[in-house]
Amino acid sequence: MTPLLAFIQPFLQHAFLQQALLAGVLAAIPCGVVGSYVVIRRISYIAGGIAHSVLAGLGIVHYLQVVHGVEGLSPIGGAITAALLAAVVIGWVSLRLKQREDTVIGAVWAMGMATGIVFISLTPGYTTDLMSYLFGNILMITAADINLLIGLDIVVLIVVGLFHRQLLAVCFDAEFAGLRGVRVQLYYFLLLLLTALTVVVLVSVVGIILVIALLTLPAAMANLFARRLWQMMLLATIACAILTAGGLALSYSPDLPAGAVTILLTGAAYFLTALFRRR
Amino acid sequence: MSSAPAILCRGLDFGYDGKSVLRKVDLSIPQGDFVTVLGPNGSGKTTLLKLALGLLKPNAGRMEILGQTPDQARRRIGYVPQHPQLDPLFPVDALDVVLMGRFGKSPRWGGWRKADRDRARQALDEVGLADRAASHFSALSGGQQQRVLIARALAGDPEMLLLDEPTANLDAQVEEDFYALLKELNERLTILLVSHDLGFVSGYVKSVVCIGHDVAIHPTTEITGEIIADLYGADMRLVRHDHRCSEEGHETS
Repeated sequence: MTPLLAFIQPFLQHAFLQQALLAGVLAAIPCGVVGSYVVIRRISYIAGGIAHSVLAGLGIVHYLQVVHGVEGLSPIGGAITAALLAAVVIGWVSLRLKQREDTVIGAVWAMGMATGIVFISLTPGYTTDLMSYLFGNILMITAADINLLIGLDIVVLIVVGLFHRQLLAVCFDAEFAGLRGVRVQLYYFLLLLLTALTVVVLVSVVGIILVIALLTLPAAMANLFARRLWQMMLLATIACAILTAGGLALSYSPDLPAGAVTILLTGAAYFLTALFRRR
Repeated sequence: MSSAPAILCRGLDFGYDGKSVLRKVDLSIPQGDFVTVLGPNGSGKTTLLKLALGLLKPNAGRMEILGQTPDQARRRIGYVPQHPQLDPLFPVDALDVVLMGRFGKSPRWGGWRKADRDRARQALDEVGLADRAASHFSALSGGQQQRVLIARALAGDPEMLLLDEPTANLDAQVEEDFYALLKELNERLTILLVSHDLGFVSGYVKSVVCIGHDVAIHPTTEITGEIIADLYGADMRLVRHDHRCSEEGHETS
């Protein structure tokens, strides 16, 4: 029996697998929509910086919960806070202080990781948690996480629905857009904040280190077939949903980490597509 | 159309890092004119354009565009930039690009309205590309892309077009068609274009503004004002106080 078929029976039996699959599909929406902007505006390095700084939020919340017994905090809440903060710092420093953007991103990237590791090491029993933060564990997703994913999806779709023209214009030709009265820096910030929210969504699926591939590769694949941005977003969303579901299914019976298998599948699909579809 | 000059400079100074780029520029370009700003690379042509768009601020002196400050007049200007940063995979079609000229004329939220689409299609028609509206932008030729960028500028209903090195990547035949299009547009719009190449100044141009420290900056052509006047039959205007284009020839003081 192939791994795919071996997945169907347990999938029908176990609620946690259905939940995981639902999480993958919910994550596919911002992955396709915001991932397309990240690819055409070429800010995947920023997305990488934001993703790694998420560890600070996860680590601090985990520390407060376990060591100080603080209640009412959720790891995803910590992740969202850290990601938004990282986006604001990167955007603000590169726009206002005229620093080289890649240097700022590198600093936020490494300091976020370092903060996370310090707090995780202060928390007893850290090793397994660290692994699941870094490489994701879609099987651990809870019903509360699902609700949060739905909320984030709605936020991303509303913001993009309202401002997709400005976001496209800022990606295509920011100078011209600015001359036409579009507040370029504002929409660039908005794009970074959307990227931060999307990164958090994807971290829950494939983990901090692997996020960048899932954010950019489905969009890059879709780009090879799409003539317009909305087509690219739609194709990227479908590709992302298929790839996360495929990764989950293929990893289940051999008991491999779902996040890593998803990324290998995504990478293989990307390279094959790029090879056979040249423009 | 008011009677204010399209572009008016009085004692305009600009420089950065202690280096003077434009000094005491006095210039008046009437509405309806078709002007080429000529000068070698680094002479300050693009600087003049950026001052006119309000992207740079003068150190001294003033500049008026259509009787207003550059910032106020910005939406009355159609800007056609030098090199669109061309990512060949960027997912836009020609109409998407033209629609971006409608910012400032369309409500802020949601999608483009029917009025925007109608105006954008009309602008594409004006530049002769009505049938390419749904073509991928990078599938168009260099000349067609340049026309789409002009359509984008036209979609905002400007009173003046500013073009930065528009013919830099065009071959001779395409360039000729391009100037014919500008001549047509000049019937209702003021046109100012910047070029570093004397050969690109066409017979359609009504006047020429020269910017440059010294004629010697043109290494291959020892051009005098007479030759320029013979070549283009155009009237010359003083831009740099140390550089004169006149019937007596280029002088430096």
